Amino acid sequence: MFDEPVSNVPEWSVSELSGALRRTLEDAYGHVRVRAELGKVTVHGSGHVYLDLKDDRACLAGVIWRGAASKMRFRPEMGMEVIATGKITTFPGQSKYQLIIETLEPAGVGALLAQIEERKKRLAAEGLFDEARKQLLPYLPAVIGVVTSPTGAVIRDILHRLSDRFPRHVLVWPVRVQGDTCAAEVTAAIRGFNALPEGGPIPRPDLLIVARGGGSIEDLWGFNDEQVVRAAADSGIPLISAVGHETDWTLIDYAADRRAPTPTGAAEMAVPVRSELMASVGDLGRRVLGALMRHLDRRRADLRSAARALPGPEDLLATPRQRLDLAGGKLAHALVVNSRKHEARLAEASRRLARLSPQARLAGMRAKLDGLEKRLAAAQAANLRAERQRIAQRRERLAALGERRDRAMLVLIGKRRERLERIDDRPQRAVAAGVQRRAEMLGRFNQLLESYNYRRVLERGYALVHGPDGHLVREAAHVALGTTVEIEFADGKVKAVTGEGPRPRPARPKAPEPVGQGTLFGG
Amino acid sequence: MTDAAQPTAPAADIAAMPFEAALAELEEIVGRLERGNVALEDSIAIYERGEALKKHCEGLLRKAEARVEKITLSADGRPRGVEPLDVDR
Repeated sequence: MFDEPVSNVPEWSVSELSGALRRTLEDAYGHVRVRAELGKVTVHGSGHVYLDLKDDRACLAGVIWRGAASKMRFRPEMGMEVIATGKITTFPGQSKYQLIIETLEPAGVGALLAQIEERKKRLAAEGLFDEARKQLLPYLPAVIGVVTSPTGAVIRDILHRLSDRFPRHVLVWPVRVQGDTCAAEVTAAIRGFNALPEGGPIPRPDLLIVARGGGSIEDLWGFNDEQVVRAAADSGIPLISAVGHETDWTLIDYAADRRAPTPTGAAEMAVPVRSELMASVGDLGRRVLGALMRHLDRRRADLRSAARALPGPEDLLATPRQRLDLAGGKLAHALVVNSRKHEARLAEASRRLARLSPQARLAGMRAKLDGLEKRLAAAQAANLRAERQRIAQRRERLAALGERRDRAMLVLIGKRRERLERIDDRPQRAVAAGVQRRAEMLGRFNQLLESYNYRRVLERGYALVHGPDGHLVREAAHVALGTTVEIEFADGKVKAVTGEGPRPRPARPKAPEPVGQGTLFGG
Repeated sequence: MTDAAQPTAPAADIAAMPFEAALAELEEIVGRLERGNVALEDSIAIYERGEALKKHCEGLLRKAEARVEKITLSADGRPRGVEPLDVDR
């Protein structure tokens, strides 16, 4: 390559090429609208916002400079569907290109609603909207804190309705009710009211109203903010939300202790009607007095009638006296009646005694004894008859059984006799055959024994050599020179002394003679 | 309530009572007297307490006056004080 310096392709510096690319891109894509989902969103301390625009296949870096960011009506968050408008430019320092975003808007209300729905579920799961968290509103708050814009119809409506019903001390915490800073200001106001100490220079309200007029979903966006919702849920001072029209629901409405359909409605919830209260207090005062008067009158009347009913001393004694007279008159008669009753009981007892005398009981027992004797005689006669009848029956059965037994015995004897005749001559035959077979076996064993006798071998010309100790000599190697040995022939024995002869070789220790002998006798 | 127990100092605790509590007690006293099941000596004491409650409630209602102020904030967003707010400009 170094050998080929000649080329007609022009040579760029990196900066030149980067600059040319930048111009090309900015010319071609000076104003674009991009629909995308937001990836990571970073708000830098400088106020610039860096974010990723994505779809399912590609990713584009985006920047919102501080000026543009402050004008935006909602806060970009990861996952949002947006339409970004701006221009493409490059960042030559890092070989990157990016979209400088001038405006960013949610891609349709649907996306915002979905976001609200997701946040609502999440916060509800934390329990921020639980009924159990709701506080009761005070019946008659002394100081009412209102978080809203200090100008405009909303605060005017609230103050008018309050003065109609029950003029109160109202503290307005001024906030912006739309735009980027709305959420932070409303949060600071709710928390600020709660932070006021009791008895401080600024009186602490005992009721809060967070209010805003109607508007689009983007206008009301600040009241869906998570910080605002949390501040409302955390508020130790009971809180009424009145954001938008009756049909607009924002998340602060779920976290508030009460939700008013309108700012005017919030004022109505906040205080009772003074004139009605004055009337009812006056009424109660009259009833207290009336009730007391009636109470005293009734007691006086009770006393009077009780005094009238009090009886005189004559009346108190009359009744007991009458009872005494009556009792005295009846006394004599009662004595007579009592005696008669006792006489009657005596007569009855005498009658019962006579029934129980010993003579009467003896007669009864004798009659029972006679009856039993008669029954005994009859029972004996009946028993005798039955016994006779049973004996006669048994005799008949016995005769029948005897006959059957005799017949059976005759049959059995006949069968046994036949078997005996058959068995009789078998043992004699068996013994004779056994003797014959054993005689034959004995002859065969004798022949075999005779054929094994070594003297038969000696008769054929062989001889046996016995050593001095009388043992049989089987190998020449075992006989030293000059040993006296004994040679046995078929017809007798001869002593001999061994002399010089050919020695068997050590490798072949088996001489023909001893081999013959060994084989013959060792088998 | 404690009315019968402390008839000698009927108004001591009433002065600090919020309106709603005072009204509720007054209503209760009316109910008891109207039912008539109060001992005679107690009825006088209860009536006196009812009268004091009624005066207290009327006082609270009479004192009602509109006062509308706006919180003024310092540079760091803390409440600094209040100033009158006139919304009907």
